[in-house]
Amino acid sequence: MDCDFCLPGFTLGPGPLGHLMPMYLHLDSRCQIRAAGPTLLKLMGSSAIGAPLESVFALRRPARPRRAHDLAQSMRLRMNLLKPPCTGFKGVAVPLRGGEEVLVNLSFGYAVREAVRDHGLSDTDFAPTDLVIELLYLAEAKAAVMGELEKMNLRLRGAMHQAEEQALTDTLTGLRNRRAMERQLGILIASGRPFALMHLDLDFFKAVNDTLGHGAGDHVLIEVGRMLRASVRDSDLVTRVGGDEFIILLAGITQPGPVEELGARIRENVSQPIVFEGRPCHIAASVGVVLSCDYPQPEADRLLSDVDHALYAAKRAGRGRMVIMRPDDRPGNGSMLATLPQRGVG
Amino acid sequence: MHGLISKAIQSFLQDSHGDSLWEDVALRSGVAQLLGPDGFEAMQSYDTALVEAVLATASQLLVTPRESLLEDLGTYLVSNDRLEALRRLLRFGGVSFTDFLYSLDDLQGRTRMAVPELELPELSISEDGPGRFILTCHRCPGGFGHVMVGVLRTLADDYGALAVLEHRGSRPTPVQGTRRADQTYDELIVIELYDPAYHAGRSFELAVPEAP
Repeated sequence: MDCDFCLPGFTLGPGPLGHLMPMYLHLDSRCQIRAAGPTLLKLMGSSAIGAPLESVFALRRPARPRRAHDLAQSMRLRMNLLKPPCTGFKGVAVPLRGGEEVLVNLSFGYAVREAVRDHGLSDTDFAPTDLVIELLYLAEAKAAVMGELEKMNLRLRGAMHQAEEQALTDTLTGLRNRRAMERQLGILIASGRPFALMHLDLDFFKAVNDTLGHGAGDHVLIEVGRMLRASVRDSDLVTRVGGDEFIILLAGITQPGPVEELGARIRENVSQPIVFEGRPCHIAASVGVVLSCDYPQPEADRLLSDVDHALYAAKRAGRGRMVIMRPDDRPGNGSMLATLPQRGVG
Repeated sequence: MHGLISKAIQSFLQDSHGDSLWEDVALRSGVAQLLGPDGFEAMQSYDTALVEAVLATASQLLVTPRESLLEDLGTYLVSNDRLEALRRLLRFGGVSFTDFLYSLDDLQGRTRMAVPELELPELSISEDGPGRFILTCHRCPGGFGHVMVGVLRTLADDYGALAVLEHRGSRPTPVQGTRRADQTYDELIVIELYDPAYHAGRSFELAVPEAP
């Protein structure tokens, strides 16, 4: 760069120089600040003129310049204001003709948004050729676009959630449907937690439908659904899997005892007449049950098929009964563990 | 047509004329049937005919000429709080209203830089005597000039400038050689700037304002 000094040059007053480079610094050979561009002056305060560079800035690269010329040797300068908010700069220094002085030009680099905010800068604080305005414009445009995308994402997620809810819900009773039951059954099996699978079928439901009409049938299903939900714990899943068939998944059950109690309570409740438009509807419930802990490796298909057999056995034994089937009890494999008649119902 | 435009039209109708009007428009224009209850999404692209149907339906239901509706849309775009981001992006164009007017030459490029898929017509501004400017919207979709009138009138106020704007209609885009079948039109707006600093206007800080 030294050979540049042999070529003809030009002289620039502080005004035009500040217009071209509003963040210039003029340093003497001992790194004292002699002059600065208007924007930098605003940031440093006028007391910086005449002060040593290192009393205003913390130099990071080069760390310890002995003379101003060391700055000009450095490819890129890095420094921070000493006083808060310690705005950071990058810059470049060039030697001036006829002496040991240097001219430094600074820029905010990536910290430009913070600097603009912290110092309340406006477009007149930057050189007209500076791309800062375009950069800030782009950053805001990007934020606006991202904001729109985020809003759309939220809406889509909401819509997906709603669609999933609908796909898993039985519209008549508001209970979960067969799809939800199969999903939960899969989850329970995968988790290895023991559970009971209770399959419930309404007796005499067809008679209600035939004699009192579908309105009565629907009313009965809704009432039974409500009653079933009220009979189990919040963590249990009550589903309507077919016309008048319900499946209940009861997590954490390893013994027939609690299921027998629940089954009895349900059958007792279902046997109470449900009133529809002033007329009583008489139904009962047959119940089949299997326990996952009876199986070394429970499989969904096997459990569903066994519980179906249990329900069938209960139906065969008379209405309003419950059968808990253990794996050895499959037809032709011995007898049922329990065929529990309901008190007061034949 | 870019979803940002379709969505802006939807937001304008909802915010300025109420959700029930929008639901009516959506139903009659086919938007509800095609796109569902949420209507347009900002980051998608839509058939121009559908957006035109929305404008035609809204104009009919509101008993307002299409041009006035589009001008109101322009006003809405730069004055509604929900679209403060857009006002800010436009204000980046210049320190004064005059400066801003000259920046309109770059609006197409600036827009493309922010959202490459968003196609705005080419704009050119020319001085036509002291304080008098002519803005030409080249090969623009019919009525674009009216949106610009709404935008500019509001922004003049935003800058604190006293200006009078007039849409001067459209003319066939001058083409060299024979007239082509796909004739396009330019729209012209005359801007008379009486006082660039008539009142204080709304402030504009370069830094993004802190969220309240």
